[in-house]
Amino acid sequence: MIDEGLARASDTLLFAAVIAYVVAMFGYFVELSFGRLAPRPIAGGAVDTVPAPVAAAVAAPSRVPRLAGRVAVVATVVGLLLHVASAVTRGLAVDRVPWGNMYEFSSMVSLFAVVAWLGVIRRHPLRHLGGFVMLPVILYLGVAALVLYAPAAPLVPALNSYWIKIHVVGAMASSGIFMVGFVAAALYLWRSWRDRRAPDKPSRLPSAATLDRVSYRVHAFGFPVWTFTVMAGAVWAEAAWGRYWGWDPKETWSFVTWVVYAGYLHARSTAGWRGRRAAWIAVAGFASLMVTYYVVNIWVSGLHSYAGV
Amino acid sequence: MTATTELSTSPEDRAPAPPRVGPGAAMRRAWRTWTSMRTALLLLFLLAVAAVPGSLLPQRSLNPSGVAGYYGDHPSLAPWLDRLYAFDVYASPWFGAIYLALMVSLVGCLTPRIRLHVRALRSVPPAPPRNLSRLPVSRSFTTSASPTEVYDAARRSLRRWRVRPYDTGLSAERGYVRETGNIAFHLALLGLLAGVAMGAAWGYRGDVLVVEGDTFVNTPAAYDELHPGRLNTGDDLPPFEVTVDDFRARFLPNGAPSSYEVDVRWRPSVGAPDRKRTVRVNEPLTVRGARVYLLDHGYALHFTARLPDGTVVYDQWQPFLPDRGAANLVSDGVVKVSDLGGGLPDVGLRGRFVPTYARRGQTVFSAAPEALIPAFVYETWAGSLGLDSGLPQNVYELDTEGMVRAGGGVAFLGETIERLPGGLTVEFDGVKDFAVLHVNSDPGKRVVLVAAILALTGLILSLRIRRRRLWVKATATEAGTLVEVGGLARQDPAGYEPELASVAESLQASLEKP
Repeated sequence: MIDEGLARASDTLLFAAVIAYVVAMFGYFVELSFGRLAPRPIAGGAVDTVPAPVAAAVAAPSRVPRLAGRVAVVATVVGLLLHVASAVTRGLAVDRVPWGNMYEFSSMVSLFAVVAWLGVIRRHPLRHLGGFVMLPVILYLGVAALVLYAPAAPLVPALNSYWIKIHVVGAMASSGIFMVGFVAAALYLWRSWRDRRAPDKPSRLPSAATLDRVSYRVHAFGFPVWTFTVMAGAVWAEAAWGRYWGWDPKETWSFVTWVVYAGYLHARSTAGWRGRRAAWIAVAGFASLMVTYYVVNIWVSGLHSYAGV
Repeated sequence: MTATTELSTSPEDRAPAPPRVGPGAAMRRAWRTWTSMRTALLLLFLLAVAAVPGSLLPQRSLNPSGVAGYYGDHPSLAPWLDRLYAFDVYASPWFGAIYLALMVSLVGCLTPRIRLHVRALRSVPPAPPRNLSRLPVSRSFTTSASPTEVYDAARRSLRRWRVRPYDTGLSAERGYVRETGNIAFHLALLGLLAGVAMGAAWGYRGDVLVVEGDTFVNTPAAYDELHPGRLNTGDDLPPFEVTVDDFRARFLPNGAPSSYEVDVRWRPSVGAPDRKRTVRVNEPLTVRGARVYLLDHGYALHFTARLPDGTVVYDQWQPFLPDRGAANLVSDGVVKVSDLGGGLPDVGLRGRFVPTYARRGQTVFSAAPEALIPAFVYETWAGSLGLDSGLPQNVYELDTEGMVRAGGGVAFLGETIERLPGGLTVEFDGVKDFAVLHVNSDPGKRVVLVAAILALTGLILSLRIRRRRLWVKATATEAGTLVEVGGLARQDPAGYEPELASVAESLQASLEKP
């Protein structure tokens, strides 16, 4: 039975969450734009040994931008709470897990991306970069609400298994984490491009080495989660379809994504591949993840087609 | 050798080999290139790229009718693609070549690493460097405790470290499990591939259609379609039996299935006592190393054909296969009555089964997937079915060559089709469900699962643990004992700071206690 009132409440809460995220994005960008400039990168760029004060200098701007940054974090947390409330009400409205179709899945992926982002700024002084994470989060939610929206409905029978709680949660969490990793890799590429073009021009972005390190750490966290997702999917496939692996388009693309991210982790410790080449591989990994998710679901028919638009 | 390179847990990028001549040197160089990380990376990307076409083109193993369709749409291109194994990408020699090359590269890369790691596991942490404050992370404080007391306290707080005292200070190291995990992960990948190969060699899978009340015996002849593994002749399948008792389907108002399940009795071998089970879509039956899945379902119709004198010449359940293009389980099938004797021609009925008969104008359709108003819409043919030609025949199709159309109509359940050649009558007198069971035996499955769990564990260890060293020096000065704690981590040195700080703080705290 579908509770229409709760379903409407869920939609409203999601809308409110998007507004909070937009506020947060502006706050982060204010902090970034008006904060103090970071010193130039150290010559030679001593990888991985950037002294903490360099990063801290960026995180300690003057008062107004700092306030904007704090407001942005509060708005992010408020947005996250509204987002969680939206997922919970959706789940209660349909009496099942709130990730049964692409609309709900997209919403949960961006939720995990926000959680991953909050985890990153707890460990690294990168608060002022939050706008770059909020941007894809808002975009994702926009696409979810405007293109993929599906009214509250019961689950397709094939999805009716407890594996939906294991396999799909893993897929959403790793996608959210990889989204943050993608942002870090893209910012690294941007920063190192700037460093090469105008090495003397100060930048508000953290040093390339810091961004590279954060990108690696986020990806290294997401990769085992993705590995687990693929394995859990194989166990589910064994129970449902009689084989653990059958090169269904979804399986193929998750494999491709896994291989590309594995390539990124290896490239980072291979001479001649470190740095920009590795970061491009991370970007390719995210592109492959998007194909696995959107292109395969919408344009390629396969066993995952029921996860309907 | 500096402290940093000494700490490296990965083999150093190899220096170019000194120029040497001869085939031995060339082979060594080729092997070194093959097993280098750079080659492994290229092979990884090659593998990713090679996997893509299989998701864009129909694959024989998944979608044989899609391949046939592609042949129809692109008659000149398809044979060429087929020669390149484009419809069997994952079984193609080139795909296999890529992953085997990758695995060989992996073995070549792993062997020296295992040797190095074994040596590292037996090694002791090196002596402290002269100046600890020059290390990437360091702390210092002064205490009233004596240097001996400091070293004793340090040993206590470094209980989980490998500790070695030197004249100049205390050396400690931990995080060896990072490389252990790394090696375990890569070895597990080899194990995983071995498991996949075992399944492909000795496993078997097949589909069988079983009408309610019938028993399926696990022998090659019983299968409608059987794919034994490459080293499995299919001759000695374990002879378990599965009897389909009752199939039940529930449908949503729009005709889509909401659930289906089948009650079965099964015996691990012929003559063994019955065991009961209900098999559902996510819940297969496990029997003698094989798993039996409920794959599909449909209707079987019963017909009784009689000669004018009452002799029964046909008395059989005939499955009708659901037409995927039509809604609500409208199904197609044929009934073949032959060997009537007395010079009478064979009779064939070809038609559609409509579970819940409904009509709009001239169009007959099924109003529901359940068999509520079962009807058989048929045409009749008379002549030679060609059954005595000895050629194998498809039981779902009627070869009308050599036959003449004799009539047609609609028969509802219980009705009899008359006016057939020779006064034959065919009574449509029963409807039952059939279940399509999928049997899969994969002896490598458990190996794959264990390897996967090992791989994941190794992966997490290798990505989360960092190998790090720590040194403690206590020097007596006029102001008390100066304690210096310095550390070095190969991976993510900046992230090592909090741990080193907490070691230093707990050391200081333990010294201040009375």
